[in-house]
Amino acid sequence: MQNLNGIRALVAVTLGMALSATPAAAKKLNVVTSTSDLAALTMEVGGDRINVDSIAKGYQDPHFVEAKPSFLLKLKQADVLLVVGLELEIGWLPPLITQSGNPKVQVGGQGYLDASQFAEILEIPSGPVSRAMGDVHPLGNPHYWLDPANGRRIARGVANKLGELDPNDAPYFQDRFKDFDRRLSDAEKKWDAEMSPYRGRKVVTYHNSATNFAKHFGLNVMGYVEPRPGIPPTPGHTIELMGLMKRDKIKVILVEPYFDLKTPDSIARETGSKVIVFLPSVGGEKEVTDYFKLFDYDIALLMKAFQETN
Amino acid sequence: MKHFIFAVVLATLISTTMWGQQSTAPAADTAALEQKFRDMEDRIIALEGQVRALKATAAQAQPAPVTSPETATEPSPLVSGTAPAETSATSSSSAFARPINLGGASNAGKALNPDISVIGDFIGVAGHNSISPSPALEMHESEIGLQAIIDPYARGDFFLSFGEKGVNVEEGFITFTALPAGFTARVGKMRSAFGKVNMMHNHVLPFVDRPLVSNSLTGGEDGIDDAGFSLEHILPAPKGIFFDVTAQLFRGDSGGGDQLVFQSHRKSDVSTVEHLRAYKDLTESTNLDIGLSYARGHNELGSAFLTQLYGVDATVHWKPLRRAIYHSFVGRGEFIWSQRQQLPVEQRAFGFYTSGEYQLGRRWFVGGRYDLSDRSRFANQTDKGGSAILTYWPSEFSQIRTQYRYTKYAENIGAHEVLFQVLFSLGAHGAHPF
Ligand SMILES: [Zn+2]
Repeated sequence: MQNLNGIRALVAVTLGMALSATPAAAKKLNVVTSTSDLAALTMEVGGDRINVDSIAKGYQDPHFVEAKPSFLLKLKQADVLLVVGLELEIGWLPPLITQSGNPKVQVGGQGYLDASQFAEILEIPSGPVSRAMGDVHPLGNPHYWLDPANGRRIARGVANKLGELDPNDAPYFQDRFKDFDRRLSDAEKKWDAEMSPYRGRKVVTYHNSATNFAKHFGLNVMGYVEPRPGIPPTPGHTIELMGLMKRDKIKVILVEPYFDLKTPDSIARETGSKVIVFLPSVGGEKEVTDYFKLFDYDIALLMKAFQETN
Repeated sequence: MKHFIFAVVLATLISTTMWGQQSTAPAADTAALEQKFRDMEDRIIALEGQVRALKATAAQAQPAPVTSPETATEPSPLVSGTAPAETSATSSSSAFARPINLGGASNAGKALNPDISVIGDFIGVAGHNSISPSPALEMHESEIGLQAIIDPYARGDFFLSFGEKGVNVEEGFITFTALPAGFTARVGKMRSAFGKVNMMHNHVLPFVDRPLVSNSLTGGEDGIDDAGFSLEHILPAPKGIFFDVTAQLFRGDSGGGDQLVFQSHRKSDVSTVEHLRAYKDLTESTNLDIGLSYARGHNELGSAFLTQLYGVDATVHWKPLRRAIYHSFVGRGEFIWSQRQQLPVEQRAFGFYTSGEYQLGRRWFVGGRYDLSDRSRFANQTDKGGSAILTYWPSEFSQIRTQYRYTKYAENIGAHEVLFQVLFSLGAHGAHPF
């Protein structure tokens, strides 16, 4: 350790990098999030006292984001990096973090925040995990933000973190959180009421990204178009799924916007069911600009689909 | 441990809830009760999160204790079952700061281990090549990657490659991630930043083989890979362009045999590599990446004999975000000039390749490459070639591919070959730098 410190000091000195230390003036916190949902939640509590930028777009598969150098610039200037965690970003975020050269956002740094610590996590594997299970997430299902209760918990965690980094604005962030909490509770009542006639409905999803949503609104996810998480559909599994759907009279297939519709469409034709492109993330469609509109959109879509397939 | 905490918390919460019920009188307000339940749920979830976070920090933020082999392997009295072992580990480690190794029985101990990955690279070659023959079947390389965050200021990466003949530390370096002013420094042995292909490990190459120009001018498979220092800085420039500057200083030994690039004869025979990269997003799905490289070192003839390399590379990436897992295209060209002092006269050689890979569907890729290169020691001898490749990915963790390669050597000898490769990876999710 001592040696490393020595080398670090040496490197720092030899390169004369003392040239431009960043001014510690009171400025807006720069928050970079891995996904658009975390950006939307951060916006709710941060308001105009922060800048927020998301790396992945809402219509992009968050498991496979291309680690573009342009993201490095965002990360270099970040005071906070907010991630989904649970290895969702493991395929693309670690090299960006390393290369950013920004000590604040390194894992364990003061600006690195893993939102999964605030949320209720489902499908945590109890036994040993192997790749025979597909590209399974060994720490639990990382698509946890699609439950308003988790949205609230994440927002609270973010408000606390922002306040910790910017104590002057801490009361502002807390006020904004309280306001968000109120608006979310009201919206939740409306959503719960809208979805209550459909509690217990059975659906199929492409990937296991609607697990928390389904739990909150009482839907039963009976199967997946993917034979295993991250593994593209196979003919054998598709036939099995169609059998299950016919037997259990499952009429709705939810597909994330980044998956090909060919297999879901052919399943729908065969089983007389309906395919809907539901949005797992804010920004999945142009009009879905915040966390509330995400649920408004998905719930309207589901209600319509359930009515049509009654 | 975890369950114990929950039990205590639950008991406390339930008892306070009950107590609260009794004292707030018979007006059994269901809404209030519901709210209490929700708060309780929130607290449990927050606790679960803290437990997960604690486990993660144990894995990431704490430095792996550097211990002597004796202490590291010191056997501990192992109780049967993992749960008791875990509790004994926590209690004794808090008693005195002695590193404890429970031989994998403890989750906490495991969490400090680096991420381990193993990549197998099997190659079969059919066809006749009298100039540069390849074995019919070969376990070409088994690469072991060991990667971990060392402390809040640095991370470490090791890549050991086991060939059929021996073991080689392909790379082993520490990266200082917390330097001021946005610098990133590396110390150790590493693939130098000369162009694109030189940086790539075998298993991330877009083709089974490396292009002719790499084999003829930049050290082939081993490449310009040496022990030294590297310093990188990223600077934003106007119009959304991004510059990445890397300067590296090495001992001065790279490549071997016919493919030797640099050789150090005395301490001052160091080699340097400089790389400037400019990158721009043209649209949301298309980007352009251009690089300039320079390398300078001494060759096997002695300290008075310099070899200098100049490189230009350009890459276009296309990936439509909504269908990113199904379609993509990478077009690339790399042009290299070698200036090698030797007797009787200096040799100036040039070589390049251009390649394209298109992703047809989730699992299928096709690609093609054109090759041309002079030989570094005999610049008037030029080899040419072309390749076509088809790759199938059964999953993210394995690839099967077939490449047809034609090479026309300077001796006016042609070689038609079919290369077959299976790549497979075990263990930690390897994230590839862009
Ligand atoms: Zn997933």
